[in-house]
Amino acid sequence: MLELRNLRTAFEADGRRVVAVDGVSLRVAAGQMFGLVGESGCGKSATCRSILRLFSDARATIEGEIAFGGRDLARLPEADLAAVRGREIAMIFQDPMTALNPTMRVGAQIAEGLRRHRDLRGGAARREAIAMLRSVGVPGAEQRVASYPHEFSGGMRQRVLIAIALACRPKLLIADEPTTALDVTIQDQILKLILRLRQELGMGVLLVTHDLGVVAQTCERVAVMYAGHIVEEAPVAALFRRPRHPYTAALLAALPGRGRNRDLRAIPGGPPDLAAPPQGCRFHPRCPHAIDACRVQRPPLVETGDGGRTACLRWREVT
Amino acid sequence: MALLRYTLSRILQMIPVLLGITLVAFLLLRVLPGDPASLMIGARGSDADVLRLRHQLGLDRPLWVQYAIFLREMASGSFGQSLAYRRPVMTLIAERLAPTLWLVGLATVLAVAITFPLAVVSALRRNRLPDLVIKTVFTAALSMPQFWLGILLILLFSLRLHLFPVAGYGSGPLGHLWHLFLPAFVIALGTSALTIRSLRSSIIAVQTAEYIDTAYAKGLTGRMVMRRHILRNAAVSTISVLGVHTGWVIGGTVVIESVFAIPGLGQLLVASIAARDYAAVQGLTVVFAVMVTAISLATDLGYALVDPRVELE
Amino acid sequence: MTRRPGSPLIAGIAMLLLLALALAAGPALTGYSGETVDFSRALRPPSAGHWMGTDNLGRDVLTRVLLGGRIDLRIVAICVALPFLLGSAIGAASGYAGGWLDRIVMRVVDVLWAFPFYVLVIAIVGTLGPSMANLYVAFTLVVWISFARIVRGEVLVAKRAEYMVAARLLGFSHARIVLRHLLPNAITPAIVFAFGDAVLTILAVTALSFLGLGVQPPTPEWGVMIADGRNFIFDAWWISTFPGAAIIYAGLALTLLGEGIDDLLRPKG
Repeated sequence: MLELRNLRTAFEADGRRVVAVDGVSLRVAAGQMFGLVGESGCGKSATCRSILRLFSDARATIEGEIAFGGRDLARLPEADLAAVRGREIAMIFQDPMTALNPTMRVGAQIAEGLRRHRDLRGGAARREAIAMLRSVGVPGAEQRVASYPHEFSGGMRQRVLIAIALACRPKLLIADEPTTALDVTIQDQILKLILRLRQELGMGVLLVTHDLGVVAQTCERVAVMYAGHIVEEAPVAALFRRPRHPYTAALLAALPGRGRNRDLRAIPGGPPDLAAPPQGCRFHPRCPHAIDACRVQRPPLVETGDGGRTACLRWREVT
Repeated sequence: MALLRYTLSRILQMIPVLLGITLVAFLLLRVLPGDPASLMIGARGSDADVLRLRHQLGLDRPLWVQYAIFLREMASGSFGQSLAYRRPVMTLIAERLAPTLWLVGLATVLAVAITFPLAVVSALRRNRLPDLVIKTVFTAALSMPQFWLGILLILLFSLRLHLFPVAGYGSGPLGHLWHLFLPAFVIALGTSALTIRSLRSSIIAVQTAEYIDTAYAKGLTGRMVMRRHILRNAAVSTISVLGVHTGWVIGGTVVIESVFAIPGLGQLLVASIAARDYAAVQGLTVVFAVMVTAISLATDLGYALVDPRVELE
Repeated sequence: MTRRPGSPLIAGIAMLLLLALALAAGPALTGYSGETVDFSRALRPPSAGHWMGTDNLGRDVLTRVLLGGRIDLRIVAICVALPFLLGSAIGAASGYAGGWLDRIVMRVVDVLWAFPFYVLVIAIVGTLGPSMANLYVAFTLVVWISFARIVRGEVLVAKRAEYMVAARLLGFSHARIVLRHLLPNAITPAIVFAFGDAVLTILAVTALSFLGLGVQPPTPEWGVMIADGRNFIFDAWWISTFPGAAIIYAGLALTLLGEGIDDLLRPKG
């Protein structure tokens, strides 16, 4: 349904050109729950924003192909892309505390999309907004539709944001770290809500997270990103059973209750500077298995035979 | 309901400030060196004349008695008797109030009309030619003497092009608008210099807010996002800039009314000072301060209406 | 287009230096006294001989603009410095001492804040009688509240800072704490504000003189010159126009300098 081919996104940061997404290819099937995992700054958010071209910086450039519904979103004029946003692909963001307009009633914020894409106004839009609030589990929806965002808790705000995103029944929901800013118990509720709505609406979900635990709980396929590259992509079960990239292995080892390394910092070094990334495999400076070839050549994504792909030259030997 | 309670409590809180205002206006003419009576009579009068006038004005009585009389006159609504016009000060003020309010009102409307489009252009094309031109013009406007600009506009639009009247207030709402357009424009230009800067930086700040991403993600066009989401939130902080600036605007009308010969409160103040009409000066000082206080209250209420997060307590 | 941080400062200093040089040279630069009346030369438009023309009394406008600038800049310097000193002292004392002193000061500030600036200044000057000295009194009485507010706020913040607690634990005297530790930190925003205030002061001083409530004719002063030229505006636009342009020039120079000093003293980001 959505297929990224060789996506490359660059923008300016502190006066330097940064290639945040460097040749990413992935495919989310209709109705699929797809996880995109990586540390902060690895380009996973930039990947999501590239799909809908949501950059406040006008100098951001997007190259490659974003195939969706028979069109290439990367080539679509802004006005046509605006008609796709919210209607066919919706997105929710990391911090529910700042993602709602503080001076607008939540009902009106839901109704905006309804008016734009489904031509619902007045009482009809209001009734639909209440129905949406109810379906995302906001209690007292009839009254709450007239409340302002600051009158909601963080978890309730994320529900409101989901209601806004799903108001027009999109085919794909991009959820950019939807639970990172929330308490652990609330995180669980929001994930369950997304799973339920995905069933009800039959939509695909691209779930971005830094938490492999969340992926294990919810996703069917997963891609692991490191420094703007996808290093491994596989069915969730296969990836957890047998990671095919040293970076994925390190991430798994850092999960609570697995392996000895309790955290990623156990890998020497930190993520590279994307304005001047290392040659070859970008993970090589931190990789315990790196050989000379890793320093020279960017490893291609190759099939591993168990339904996944990895970008490691030595995957057969070291995983 | 909460808004009404808030308004009432704010008015109650204003009472000590209002008392302070009357005290300052009172002390202004009693404590500062310079005897009103001898200034009023001038070099021609004899000492006996001065004494008689001092008695007539009550200046020979204890200070606190004078203040009590001053308060009583104000409470009775007369604000004392104007010596130059031989009429109650309040009557004079009531006659002159409308032109000043028209002027301030029209200037505010014009300032808003100038501010919004230019701030949007400045923010959207920031650091490019339109932004730099707007920034340069309005930085210059900030250090431009309003009375000077007024004179030049009269020369150009009234004397040479005959588009606007040279002076006065006109009759009927349309006549007022026509007569007050140039003076209001001069005031609005000065105000806009501050509000454009403030609104521009608020727009730039709001543009990067995450709820703007949410708005775009809904499929809204850039124009819709600007109007419904960015401007509304950016305007909140500009309202307070406008409010703080209103004291300056109202004071500025004093100078502008003189340039354009508008029969308002400012011109009355200047005339009263020239005529050494102290009762009128005192009354006007109080009325001006009350206007500023009322506008700052109105600004806070406006702020509360636009931004639901403001606690009304 | 990225703006280098030092550029407004340099531009402001350059503009002010140029103005100062021209003002210092004055009549020596133009070759006219600016005061001699000569009706045979009255109302001449700008030319090579009189760059800004002559006024109704045949005096060279450029020379008078330069003479007026000397007076205006001196008045502005005093009308900013006096309230700065008074307001900073009151603000620092009020913020440091707290208690009843602070409450009284803040009440007074609140009340004075309610008056429109021009109205209060005009009322004070009107009561005292129009003169240069009374301008100083009026500005000092009205403008100190701005500086007091700023310095008091800064002192309140600085008081809570760690080095203050340390200074008090070491047993330093109040005077030493205020002068050596509090003021140097608290004064910076007041200095930045002073430059913005100087721009407003130029406008206010010339406006008062324009209304006849400040500097009195025949003293050459920008506001007075604009008022004088107003009667001849239809035939001789230059008499009023150039003093106004001089005000804008001085205001812009001070604005740029203020921006530059703000960048210098309070580096952002």
